Amino acid sequence: MASIDLKRFHRAFFEESFEGLDIMEAGLLRLDPAQPDAETLNGIFRAAHSIKGGAGTFGFSGITDYTHVLEALLDEMRAGRRALNASDIDLLLRATDALRQLLVAARDEQPVDAALTEAVHAELTGCLHGEKAGAAAAPVAAKADAAEGWRMVFAPHAGLFMSGNDPLRILRELATLGDAKIDAVDAALPAFDALDPEQCCLSWKIDLRGAVSRDAIVDLFAWVEDECDLTIEALAAASVPASSVTPVAALPAAAPSKAATRPGADATSIRVSTSKIDAMIDLVGELVITQAMLQQQASHIDPAVAEALLQGLAQLDRHTRLLQEAVMSTRMLPVDAVFSRFPRVVHDLAGRLGKQVRLQTIGESTELDKSVIEKIADPLTHLVRNSLDHGIESEDARRAAGKDPAGTLTLRAAHQGGHIVIEVADDGAGLDRRRILAKAAERGLSCDASMTDSEVWQLIFAPGFSTAAQVTDVSGRGVGMDVVKRNIESLGGRVEIGSQTGRGTCVTIRLPLTLAIVDGMSVAVGNDVFILPLPAIIESLQPSADQVKRVAGQGQVARVRDEYVPLVALHDWFSLPARPRPVHEAILVIVEAEGHKLALQVDALVGQQQVVIKSLETHYKRVPGVSGATILGDGRVALIADVGEIVRLATRAAAA
Amino acid sequence: MSAEKILAVDDSASMRQMVAFTLRDAGFDVAEAADGQEALEMAQREPYRLVLCDVNMPRMDGISLVRELRQIPSYKFTPLLMLTTESGPEKKQEGKAAGATGWLVKPFNPEQLVATVQRVLG
Repeated sequence: MASIDLKRFHRAFFEESFEGLDIMEAGLLRLDPAQPDAETLNGIFRAAHSIKGGAGTFGFSGITDYTHVLEALLDEMRAGRRALNASDIDLLLRATDALRQLLVAARDEQPVDAALTEAVHAELTGCLHGEKAGAAAAPVAAKADAAEGWRMVFAPHAGLFMSGNDPLRILRELATLGDAKIDAVDAALPAFDALDPEQCCLSWKIDLRGAVSRDAIVDLFAWVEDECDLTIEALAAASVPASSVTPVAALPAAAPSKAATRPGADATSIRVSTSKIDAMIDLVGELVITQAMLQQQASHIDPAVAEALLQGLAQLDRHTRLLQEAVMSTRMLPVDAVFSRFPRVVHDLAGRLGKQVRLQTIGESTELDKSVIEKIADPLTHLVRNSLDHGIESEDARRAAGKDPAGTLTLRAAHQGGHIVIEVADDGAGLDRRRILAKAAERGLSCDASMTDSEVWQLIFAPGFSTAAQVTDVSGRGVGMDVVKRNIESLGGRVEIGSQTGRGTCVTIRLPLTLAIVDGMSVAVGNDVFILPLPAIIESLQPSADQVKRVAGQGQVARVRDEYVPLVALHDWFSLPARPRPVHEAILVIVEAEGHKLALQVDALVGQQQVVIKSLETHYKRVPGVSGATILGDGRVALIADVGEIVRLATRAAAA
Repeated sequence: MSAEKILAVDDSASMRQMVAFTLRDAGFDVAEAADGQEALEMAQREPYRLVLCDVNMPRMDGISLVRELRQIPSYKFTPLLMLTTESGPEKKQEGKAAGATGWLVKPFNPEQLVATVQRVLG
């Protein structure tokens, strides 16, 4: 008989099992042992229950057995038969980890680290039976008794039909077990005009001959045992060897068909590979460019002649923008995708540091580009570790300061005009101005006592500030705040830090919503157009001749509001054939990156626009000072200046 | 003759897929719902000949679903089967009390599933 290959369901099983584990973990971390929330407990139980059920169905018996104990324990908690304490939650978290290992091993068809999972399994079993020994019922020994046959009286209650059962179904099934003689008893049948067709008024006497076990018969009546009166007696006393029990009803062979499984009917979301989405974004980018080119061509057409064409183009413009927005939004994920890892991080870290920390997350549903989410995870983890390690004080210190012994760490995300702002805030001791200054001086960083607080806080972002002296188990794994800052700036973002002594520290990260589009200022340099990312621009100005000076060893500098800023002409930077205009006829765009300002000399400002970034590396090769390219409305290619890199290279050259 | 319509309800996509695939393979027309609430809404829109539902589900569990379905006149006699892993008798009793026709104990293999459904639908 053709059997159905269950392997085809494995991928879905693993996917949902891992999702289930995430739910369990998140639920466990949210659970307050003193007042466990019923819905959370139920959710955890449901997840474990589904994993067990799936594992059983799809043939992972090791996982079934393991999850069974976990599920039994959760069931007792859920039913309120067992009080919860913090160590239970720890145990359950470890059990979740072990279950994850089992699932990973099963998925990758790898051997399991038996020692670990068995230890947890033993602990779970101990926990389960500690207070409720002997709960596990011994499996009921299969009855081996059988007879020549059986005589049954089956008298359904009047309401049998109301549960969707049908006596005929059972009788038909009985007849497949052996030679059945069935007599209907209509003694209870009322007169026809009093008959209620929805009531069952008949009963049956059945003589079944054949080697049928009593259990096989009881099984047939299992669904209706409370809805009928049933007697089963042996027809003859002769017993039959136990080996000849339970013939199973013949099954029609299920022919494997080529019909593909419909993916889970989750109407709300589907999984699509990112490469498909990226291809779509690329195509929409091309479409936007084509549309812009058409628009430009159309500007030469006399509106009186081609009114309909121009109307169509205007509509195309609108729809292209909407399409672009819609397609871009498919790359957006809620920031929860990264926030959700922190409950576990905080739980484990706080435990290791012996601190009490509450984690609060706000605005988890705020959406941002998937690639930004991926790149923000490490810097955020670093900031969270820092807050727990250095920010939030020990319980005793907090009590002494008259604060709640449990510290609070807040992760907050919000949209703010085309940007997303993520805050990592703690209510700890705040930054220590004196220590930072002392350390900065020790590290040879330029600083003095008259610096404002915010200037002092910026020092911790300086390369080389965080060093081996403060390496602990938790933070300071050789990754300093300078790396955090650099990572965020490479995403086109900024980091700010605010702190109040005794009240806490708040690190604010401001990021662009997406890496695929940039708000840019197009500038003309000779015959070419370059795009400068708007977030990097502070101001642009038309200098007078005496504002620009040549300083020995430093090239040109521009005096901008009593500050000397190194000046770079983009003509020279990109070695363009065009000669720069005299400075007083040019435009200076003041940009800032990594705390350094730079004046870029260009010929003219062309306009401000959103541009779709195309990677230069995939189409050509990496060029220093260029982060990508875009296609302008007239079909020309414009390079997007990598302001961060230009500033870095230029200031290094000036310092050398 | 058009195939008999069955509604399979389970919050676990893999179980649902397995049930649906197996039954489609056996010639049934299967619709899927991820929880009791969704199933109830689907059942109100069109009649099904048989409903198979999981017990533990978010939003609306299987027992409440059975109870709600039984109150719809066209589902008065419809076979409603619970897919249960709870070997204890309480869940079965609870299901029966709510109006379930019967149950199928998980884990079951595809053959058992098809056999049971064919038996119920005659």
